[in-house]
Amino acid sequence: MENERKLTIARAMAEATAQEMRIDPSVFVMGEDIAELGGVFGNTRGLLEEFGKERVRDTPISETGFIGAAVGAAQDGMKPVVELMFVDFFGVCFDAIYNLMAKNTYFSGGKFNVPMVLMTSTGGGYSDAGQHSQCLYGSFAHLPGMKVVSPSNAYDAKGLMTAALRDPNPVIYMYHKGLQGMGWLGTEKGAIVHVPEESYEVEIGKAAIARAGRDVTIVSIAQGVHHGLKAADKLVEQGISAEVVDLRSLVPLDRDTIRASVAKTGRLIVVDEDYHSYGVSGEIIATVTESNMADLKAAPKRIAYPDVPIPFARVMEQHCLPNADKIVAAARDMCGAPVPA
Amino acid sequence: MQPAKDTLAWMYEKMVTSRRFENAIEKIYMEGKSPVFNMADGPIPGEMHLSDGQEPVAVGVCAHLNPEDVVTATHRPHHQAIAKGVDLKKMAAEIFGKATGLSGGRGGHMHIFDADVNFACSGIIAQGMGPAAGAALSRQIQGKPGVAVSFIGEGAANQGAFHEAMNLAAVWKLPMIVVVEDNAWGISVSKEASTAIQRNSDRAAAYGIPGHYIPGNDPLKIYEVAGEAIERARRGDGPTLIEIETYRLAGHFMGDAEGYRPEGEKDGLFAKDPIPAMRAKLLADGQFTEGELDALENKAQAAVDDAISFARASADPKPEDALTAVFA
Repeated sequence: MENERKLTIARAMAEATAQEMRIDPSVFVMGEDIAELGGVFGNTRGLLEEFGKERVRDTPISETGFIGAAVGAAQDGMKPVVELMFVDFFGVCFDAIYNLMAKNTYFSGGKFNVPMVLMTSTGGGYSDAGQHSQCLYGSFAHLPGMKVVSPSNAYDAKGLMTAALRDPNPVIYMYHKGLQGMGWLGTEKGAIVHVPEESYEVEIGKAAIARAGRDVTIVSIAQGVHHGLKAADKLVEQGISAEVVDLRSLVPLDRDTIRASVAKTGRLIVVDEDYHSYGVSGEIIATVTESNMADLKAAPKRIAYPDVPIPFARVMEQHCLPNADKIVAAARDMCGAPVPA
Repeated sequence: MQPAKDTLAWMYEKMVTSRRFENAIEKIYMEGKSPVFNMADGPIPGEMHLSDGQEPVAVGVCAHLNPEDVVTATHRPHHQAIAKGVDLKKMAAEIFGKATGLSGGRGGHMHIFDADVNFACSGIIAQGMGPAAGAALSRQIQGKPGVAVSFIGEGAANQGAFHEAMNLAAVWKLPMIVVVEDNAWGISVSKEASTAIQRNSDRAAAYGIPGHYIPGNDPLKIYEVAGEAIERARRGDGPTLIEIETYRLAGHFMGDAEGYRPEGEKDGLFAKDPIPAMRAKLLADGQFTEGELDALENKAQAAVDDAISFARASADPKPEDALTAVFA
């Protein structure tokens, strides 16, 4: 459409936050470089100018301190939005996340709520090596007590952020750097989509069918969805119709949508930029095999990051990352399709 | 700053309540645990960290607090909870793991949460400091009354969370008070062996805030210094770090053989037991009669008996309730 307003995920996140801050005075934002700079990845741009230093706070480099503080503020009736700049940094502050944020509701028998949003960047592909490129979806989704979302496009980014801000629970909001729309990180055009101006929610825990298909189901999240869509484009030329499921949320996980899709196609490929073992890909496959064995026409496959730290050298990292070609090869194999000439 | 008579009475009563409560817990804890001690057995399973001897800290500080003030406590939280006004019956039931407990049995003795009086715990060293800073920040941003007090042990001052939260509180001038209970031992490692400086209150200089060391486990001195720090925070003048010399009359946890203590240390500590000491002082000063203090002790004992009976009589949680309350 001609007059469609397209936004990047970064802009969509900031817009959702700003709209919620206008109507809910308990929402405030803190993190490293989120005020003056507007966030290293652009997702808090403009907030300081509109809401001032009291509600938009640059913090010291003290993730344990300020994430712990967010827990205390949330328990005291506020709705903090905090940023862990790179998800890789969880190692310095995980206690505040999974021993406090994720457990205090339970430990208090539901008497204390911890309504907060922890934004964190994920993903590699730009040679930032193994302390700035991980996804760690499984590490967060594994631990009970926190919701986990990750958008693949700006429409979902805004709606998931609004939903997260209105959720009475802690939400880990994982945004993939390759989708942020920051030029210096490369830009995935498919992530920049129409975003309505008015506020809206995308339900946390509801997957989307990013593309309907018949022969094979490709399940992924964030950047992996775009790999899946590109693979589906190639596969259709080869006579294979792929359905792409965008999970959008890992916790809660929309198992029904995954199962329904595989019931239809009989084949499952999981694309996961997180590590191969003990992670999201295994969970998705278990979700299907625990209930749908009879529906499967082929053993499920996963295209995930190998169980190695992420290397710096471009050729090494690219070798390890999921991509559309790997998905195409897996799908052809599962469909018994001959190798194209 | 001297406490009025009714405050003194409150302090004494709460110290006695805490001690009698723990005496009762200590006894019940051993039920089902002999002749072979197995932590998983008996009406109160799991770890048990008693605070006998540390009561002056709790009452000296909490005497200045209102229900809206926030306290974050430690794995050794009973005295602090009692002084903050946590519901004793529901707390006892929680320690027994009963359905009527504060959290329906999900938390137990290291996770005492009472939203009515803004009391929370963490079983991990120094991890209550971030939440206390956050509660203080919440009050500051919203312009709502109230301060946050984070109780920690002297061992917690060596945690990264201590430094991060202290700096945050200082740089944002938060209405927060950090109270270090220096009982000299981090389980079996002495303060001397673990801590580069003698007094953690000296670390306040690193944050440009006041630091006070209070020797002697003296409830009145604690009352005075804590009162000034809390007033300061209420005025908006920022945080204070207080370290208080206190004594752990029990082991780190029940079952601790305490072989690390020098010979005779415990005898010396019992000789300085702060509860008889306070009773003697109140009598010597002529502020209270024997009868008045006996009445306070009886009141404390009655509250403890009530709480323990309530906990004992309460039903276990439904096992499947373990699957609820993960999310709001």
